[in-house]
Amino acid sequence: MSIEDSDIKKIAHLARIGIADGDIPGYAKELSNIMDLVEQMNAVDTESIEPMAHPLHAVQRLRDDVVSEPDLREAAQALAPETEAGLYLVPKVIE
Amino acid sequence: MHNKSLAELAKGLQAREFSSEELTSSLLDRLEEKNAELNAFVTITRDNALEQARAADQKIAAGEAGLLTGVPIAQKDIFCTKGVKTTCGSKILDNFISPYDAHTVENCNDAGLVMLGKTNMDEFAMGSSNETSYYGAVKNPWNLDCVPGGSSGGSAAAVAARLVPAATGTDTGGSIRQPASLCGITGIKPTYGRVSRYGMIAFASSLDQGGVFTQNAGDAALMMGVMAGFDPRDSTSLDRPVPDYTATLNESVSGLKIGVPKEYFSEGLEAGTAEIIQAAIKEYEKLGAKIIEISLPNSALAIPTYYVIAPAECSSNLSRFDGVRYGYRSDNVTDLESLYVNSRSEGFGAEVKRRIMIGTYVLSAGYYDAYYIKAQKMRRLISDDFEQAFKQVDVIMGPTAPSPAFKIGEKTDDPVSMYLSDLYTGAVNLAGLPGMSIPAGFDHGLPVGLQLIGNYFDEALLLNVAHQFQLATDFHKQAPSGYA
Repeated sequence: MSIEDSDIKKIAHLARIGIADGDIPGYAKELSNIMDLVEQMNAVDTESIEPMAHPLHAVQRLRDDVVSEPDLREAAQALAPETEAGLYLVPKVIE
Repeated sequence: MHNKSLAELAKGLQAREFSSEELTSSLLDRLEEKNAELNAFVTITRDNALEQARAADQKIAAGEAGLLTGVPIAQKDIFCTKGVKTTCGSKILDNFISPYDAHTVENCNDAGLVMLGKTNMDEFAMGSSNETSYYGAVKNPWNLDCVPGGSSGGSAAAVAARLVPAATGTDTGGSIRQPASLCGITGIKPTYGRVSRYGMIAFASSLDQGGVFTQNAGDAALMMGVMAGFDPRDSTSLDRPVPDYTATLNESVSGLKIGVPKEYFSEGLEAGTAEIIQAAIKEYEKLGAKIIEISLPNSALAIPTYYVIAPAECSSNLSRFDGVRYGYRSDNVTDLESLYVNSRSEGFGAEVKRRIMIGTYVLSAGYYDAYYIKAQKMRRLISDDFEQAFKQVDVIMGPTAPSPAFKIGEKTDDPVSMYLSDLYTGAVNLAGLPGMSIPAGFDHGLPVGLQLIGNYFDEALLLNVAHQFQLATDFHKQAPSGYA
């Protein structure tokens, strides 16, 4: 499996991770090596196998639709880089 | 005092041989001195600890104490601790002071345990050597040039160096068992769903499970009694009664059927480690257990499968770190896109970025079926192998790690060789089974761990089987020189 420089640029964009141009070939080589390891899976025929998402065949538990958490807005927003009037601030998106 | 086990310290406190404040203060002094060379702790919470200790002393005086009231422990820095810095070993959370406690932390506080601090770890628990931490590598107390294993390397080094009698950990692919093996201590990863993941910073949610490091299996049984249990705030927590894990420790292993997977003794296992593991299994035979060779045919594919599922879940979980609501925000921001990209690029270390990239790739359009669905199918085959095995045997045994501790820097340039450190542990997480590592001997002065794998919810049996070995051997009683 060979991951090209152009793949790295595409994946980095999807992941919102910036990679300096000089580091791209290094990433391509490392990810190719890791995907070589991953592709050992292809030695096994899994055609009729049901995918397993969770151990113990666990299903998602549901709860009643009532408030269960305390209001931690102030405590949570105290950790934010920038807030105003209970809102999180980011650079302007719409002019 | 520092050399005593958790149970011995609890007994001393109950008998009023020393107060929790005296004990806590003495352990803190030693911890502060030794941590300078080990780097096992990221944060030492002296004031909080002394306050908790004084409260514990009052409870003891009033006759309101529990079994473990006043005993000091440490928490892996992946567990959120209210009012205390919780970094997960990452620059991106270097300024994060949690507004709430993890379920495990609540349980420990309720039991009256005293937290001395937060232990160092691989960044976001991604690593097998504790070298990916933003706060620097942890040293193995058996040899300061070696890694303690990872990702819970700080907790393992802290218990091995007798800085604390117990420390929590988490295990996604081996992160409790492998460092327990490399540091010569006892570590348990329970069944998936047994310990709540609430407030445990997520890496790969279908694999992550909290557990603990101690000097011996009896202490692990005590800690499991504190940590295990249902929590509605974790959607995959399982509502099952928690047994008294100490009640069955003394049962005989005579007649116990031990399965030894032939695949665990093939290519990749160092000869010195193989000898020690075989000798440990012989010891069980002497104790009356029956040894049965079994096969787990898909063993070799656990790591390839793991390196699809874990990065996929990590890329999704770590998308929450975006510089908006908490954690690090880059100063170099011109628009929303650069806020996300620069905060993440500057905040995450190399291994975390690598795993996010792999996860993003395997989940991306056109590759999802070939990698992610394929890995989930492999996961079922790996799980089925164990199910078949447990029709024949009670417990499975083999090496925890392919070798003793390796040198710091030895594997950092080759991610794939680092990933193979979890060769024998990753499959257990994929299946969701409980596992342990216990000290089984020494190779050139470095500890080697025996791995025990149990069927779902068989923690009590694993602890019993481990305890019986520890009654017959003294590997677990040995502390590294300089820390004895």
